[in-house]
Amino acid sequence: MRKVLSLLLVTALLFGAMAGARTVTAATVEFRWNNGAEPLTIDPALSTGVPEANTILQVFEGLTRLDKNNNPVPAVAKSWTISADKKTYIFKLRDSYWTNGTPVTAYDFEYAWKRALQPETAAEYAYQLYYIYGGEAYNTSINVDGKYYRQAVDAKGNPVTKKEGDKDVPVADMKKEIDPSKNVGVRALDTKTLKVYLASPTAYFLSLCAFPTLMPVCKAVVSKNASWTKDDLKSYITNGPFKAISWSHSEKMEFIKNPTYWDKANVKPDKLTYYMIDNESTALIQYQSGAIDGSDTVPLSELPALVKSGDCKVMPYLGTYYYSFNVTKKPFNDVRVRKALTLAINRSAITLKITRAGEVPARGYVPYGIPDATSTTEFRIAGTENFYKDNDIATAKALLAQAGYPNGKGFPAFSILYNNSTRHKSIAEAIQQMWKTNLGINCTLKNEEWGVYLDDLTALNYQVARRGWIGDYVDVNTFMDMWVTGGGNNDTGWSNKQYDADIAKAKVATDPKVRMKLMHDAENILMKEFPIAPIYYYTHPILLKSKVKGLVVSTLGFVDWKNATISG
Amino acid sequence: MSKYVIRRLLSMFLVVLIVASATFFLMRFLPSGPFSREKALPAAVIKNLEERYHMNDPLWKQYVDYIGNLLRGDLGPSFKYRDRTVNSIIKDGFPVSATLGAVAVLLAVVIGIPLGIWGALRQNGWQDNLVMFVALLGVSVPNFIMAVLLMFIFALGLHVVPAAGWGSFRQTILPALTLAGYPTAFIARLVRSSMLEVLRQEYITTARAKGLSEHLVIFRHALRNILIPVVTVLGPLIAAVFTGSFVVEKIFAIPGLGRYYVTSINDRDYTTILGVTIFYSALLVSMNFLVDLTYAWLDPRIRYVERKVS
Repeated sequence: MRKVLSLLLVTALLFGAMAGARTVTAATVEFRWNNGAEPLTIDPALSTGVPEANTILQVFEGLTRLDKNNNPVPAVAKSWTISADKKTYIFKLRDSYWTNGTPVTAYDFEYAWKRALQPETAAEYAYQLYYIYGGEAYNTSINVDGKYYRQAVDAKGNPVTKKEGDKDVPVADMKKEIDPSKNVGVRALDTKTLKVYLASPTAYFLSLCAFPTLMPVCKAVVSKNASWTKDDLKSYITNGPFKAISWSHSEKMEFIKNPTYWDKANVKPDKLTYYMIDNESTALIQYQSGAIDGSDTVPLSELPALVKSGDCKVMPYLGTYYYSFNVTKKPFNDVRVRKALTLAINRSAITLKITRAGEVPARGYVPYGIPDATSTTEFRIAGTENFYKDNDIATAKALLAQAGYPNGKGFPAFSILYNNSTRHKSIAEAIQQMWKTNLGINCTLKNEEWGVYLDDLTALNYQVARRGWIGDYVDVNTFMDMWVTGGGNNDTGWSNKQYDADIAKAKVATDPKVRMKLMHDAENILMKEFPIAPIYYYTHPILLKSKVKGLVVSTLGFVDWKNATISG
Repeated sequence: MSKYVIRRLLSMFLVVLIVASATFFLMRFLPSGPFSREKALPAAVIKNLEERYHMNDPLWKQYVDYIGNLLRGDLGPSFKYRDRTVNSIIKDGFPVSATLGAVAVLLAVVIGIPLGIWGALRQNGWQDNLVMFVALLGVSVPNFIMAVLLMFIFALGLHVVPAAGWGSFRQTILPALTLAGYPTAFIARLVRSSMLEVLRQEYITTARAKGLSEHLVIFRHALRNILIPVVTVLGPLIAAVFTGSFVVEKIFAIPGLGRYYVTSINDRDYTTILGVTIFYSALLVSMNFLVDLTYAWLDPRIRYVERKVS
């Protein structure tokens, strides 16, 4: 009798447990995430930073998506063919729908890309579409009475401007009209076929197709309603895994699984809530009190403890923190001085004692995590992995002596410029001390407000400055093309003909091996000339409850919630 | 009286216009501009942006256009938040800050006035010392310390209120207390000192001589008179507290207006700098006007009429 009873009890328990399990699986999967800041826009064409991308990439989907290894995989495009010269792409679109139920067509892509390029849209990231034939010309054209013209150039190739009041106004070349319907290399051949013609072979174009600027927009809605992203979200028609349902500015944004998304069966979360908490400590308190499941920001002071407890996960990040030298000013015009200063930095002391988020001391410029000629090799490892020894004081001293400053004697006074931030200040103080004790060089620290700091960088109004670079896409070009002569982000005054030639050749190279060889050559030049002193490769620490699985954080810092689940 | 009101309204309008003009030109003297980026924008993109925001017009034309739009109540698009106008930023942020501010001012009045009276009535007693000590703390403890202290004690320690966020009444408690700290202390000190002064007035002696109870002396005769300085500070105080606090809003993650007073300047978000400054000055002059009207009600000797010369 007892046996029967216990058997009954066990069965009852099992049933109970199963019923319980069923309610657990049926429960909605919801995540509350701190986006770290209010997105400046939710319009993909206007998107700029990470908070914007992290919003837009949940609700939009481009031709491709990046998988968890950062490789482009088919998304709205189900397949594509690439011409032998690597310049023409034909994308075949799958059947997919906008949140208003209308189909996503190739015309929507054509419209969206041309809209991002149109000068009047004033998209900051329009240059992500300069790879398309005619893209740059259209974006930089001049609108005269509703038609677009190239800017006139004089015999030497310099752009022509005229004085209008106190401003220089570009002059249009009335013989060179640009017709965006013909002269821009993107065209819908039919509703499901998109033809893209590139200006030059671009190895990473398929990755770019997953970037916010290249998301499609619903032509029928956006072309009629200029304020489609404003306020109540009623006109915010999207095609991604999630659908935005509410936006309370500077507070939170709510998303649900998009019922019209083509791959909705594989979207795991039912609901997402983004909070816009910009104070890292507040975000941590909210996390600890259980109000959020994760955060894109972590307070620096709490990092080691949070990493230890498993609450902070350190994600790889495509970025390099470095110091740049103004090579137009003495004594930094001497490569021996630049190299001596570069070698006399103890990078591991900085990453272990100051930044403390698993950063890797940089002994090259391009960070880890970028593929080389084949996707199985890494750029950083394929070439010279390390160009110098960390904290190589003996060599540094010898170089400085050769340059005429033995033991730092007679070294002119200079300052390290950085923008207001505790992190930059601590690092600058450490480096100031290292240069003093290792080389006998004295320098002062100069901190400036963000905008002023940027202006001084551009105007080369500094000697040594703290800087950082985060990749725009997963290709070595995003790090390399900035150092060409006169590059918009060069800001060192450094110029090297061989370097410029290598980068120019790499841009048109169709063979990945040749292209990567040129890139390695260019980096070799950079690391022989030292216009910059690399310090460390960034990491991306985030807060995340251990029960959250499957969240993909790309090396560009973008999160993808599509496959996120709760376990345990 | 109506003549006085019209004159005041006109001068208020003028003050706001001067503030708007001064801000418009002064902010252009700031180094750097709204399109400075870490990743430098291509010249063509900057040109497109300048055209989009009419920044390539001559400054005088930008000014005339701006004032024209301002008179129509249009504060323009934000430079930073591309999907938003400055009007919508104020429309979304002000109600949040004002709700919080209203609770804070209410707390300051309800706590500050009785504290001040209590201290004055027990001048130099332990009660007075206690009141002054509390007031000193309230004035001198910066609100970011206060905020963190309150958060640690009541949210993380005792778990009686949520630590941060916005949306429920319980979430307003800690930020409102933080915001109320300084005004409470200020009002308590003010009430104490004016109470001490009023108590020495002859009409109080008269009231006491009449044989009135101390209660009546205080609440009927003295209180009304100490309210005048309180009302005077309450005007600007309301304008300041209702438009939000950068620090409190940041620490408690509150979607108010206060943050924009600081961030817009850092971002060189010209239209937002102008919009929130004009909004604040308009609120300030309106509050001062209300204060002046309240004087007349509080003190029958104050009347805003043209004096007839006989």
